Amino acid sequence: MNKYVERIYNGVAKENPTFVLMLGMCPTLAVSTAAINGLGMGISTTAVLILSNVIISALRKVIPDEVRLPAYIVVVATLVTITELLMEAYVPSLYEALGIYIPLIVVNCIILGRAEAYANKNTVGLAAFDGLGMGIGFTLALTALGFIRELLGAGTGFGIRILPESFEPIGIFIKAPGAFLVLAIMIMVLNAIGVKNRSDKLVNGCDGCCANCAKGPVHGKEETK
Amino acid sequence: MSTLIMIIVGCALINNVVLNQFLGICSFVGVSKQMKASASLGVAVIFVLTVASAVASLLYDYVLKPFDLDYMKTIVFILVIAALVQIVEMFLKKTSPGLYKALGIYLPLITTNCAVLGVALTNVKNEYNFIESVFAGLGTAIGYTIAIVLLAGIRARIDESAIPRPLRGAPVVLLAAALMSIAFMGFGGLS
Repeated sequence: MNKYVERIYNGVAKENPTFVLMLGMCPTLAVSTAAINGLGMGISTTAVLILSNVIISALRKVIPDEVRLPAYIVVVATLVTITELLMEAYVPSLYEALGIYIPLIVVNCIILGRAEAYANKNTVGLAAFDGLGMGIGFTLALTALGFIRELLGAGTGFGIRILPESFEPIGIFIKAPGAFLVLAIMIMVLNAIGVKNRSDKLVNGCDGCCANCAKGPVHGKEETK
Repeated sequence: MSTLIMIIVGCALINNVVLNQFLGICSFVGVSKQMKASASLGVAVIFVLTVASAVASLLYDYVLKPFDLDYMKTIVFILVIAALVQIVEMFLKKTSPGLYKALGIYLPLITTNCAVLGVALTNVKNEYNFIESVFAGLGTAIGYTIAIVLLAGIRARIDESAIPRPLRGAPVVLLAAALMSIAFMGFGGLS
């Protein structure tokens, strides 16, 4: 397989950031109240992820190793600020709906994790496709979670009524507990059908280092640590 | 005075940072495995979050706002928080080795905790003044500590129960968090 296509496949399926690597749980739970919010958050995160991967990959020989994390944070924070200003100007309704979670893209583990685990070791082109693949994987997961919650909690999908009027919406699903509930059930289903994922890493802590988690389950070295 | 009490109650219980706003999920789920570690992390978060809110509020009111640099707040806050945690760590190491030993390993974890940046940004959004920001930081951190200590207690019981295989690990912890979140919704009546 072409190695660029392989990066996309890797991000979407093999190392899906939400369902396999279990990264970026805060935005996943917080903005998945409706399918459209999940999609919006996914696309903005993808944009930041591609650009940060490209910039960090391009600067990988310039940034000294000791100060790489602060340098990455500055790059990511700048990109997030640009995204935030663009969204405020062009999609004000989405900007309102996502609120504080847009600036919080800065602390999304996926972004720093990919910078540390992939972008600073690979060429610009590969890093861009890695960002794109991870971004698509994240967007799909967020949209799916948002779709399920919106469908059960409001009877709609992307704002269009899907379930008949006679269906009484189960309000809890679009409230805070619904996020935990739906994610728990999704991971349970993945466990039941035998999809290998990092759910153990999630509950046992990842030593505060996002890069460890972002490397994916196939490099089993850290697992035993 | 009553506004300050309302801010603390609001941040700690009604809009609980983890169970209602989903900030700091990683450490909430990751560290709650042990009760002692949870309590220590809670204390460290109370300390850092209060100091960080105070510093962020001062910076915003006296540097960013007068110079019209409002749009720089995300970058400034994240760097200040990262630097602050480093300074706190060095300060504790020098002045109080006992406290450093207890909290030290949790301090780097807090830098990546989105709750700290989240509170600083929420304070700006709510246009809190300095005192209100400090109390909001304190309240949020108390809420975080309550949530993580409670979850640690629940997980101690979960560990001893027979759980169906697919539910083991993350799902059962998330289910516990969902039930806690439902319970905390009851505090909504206070506002």
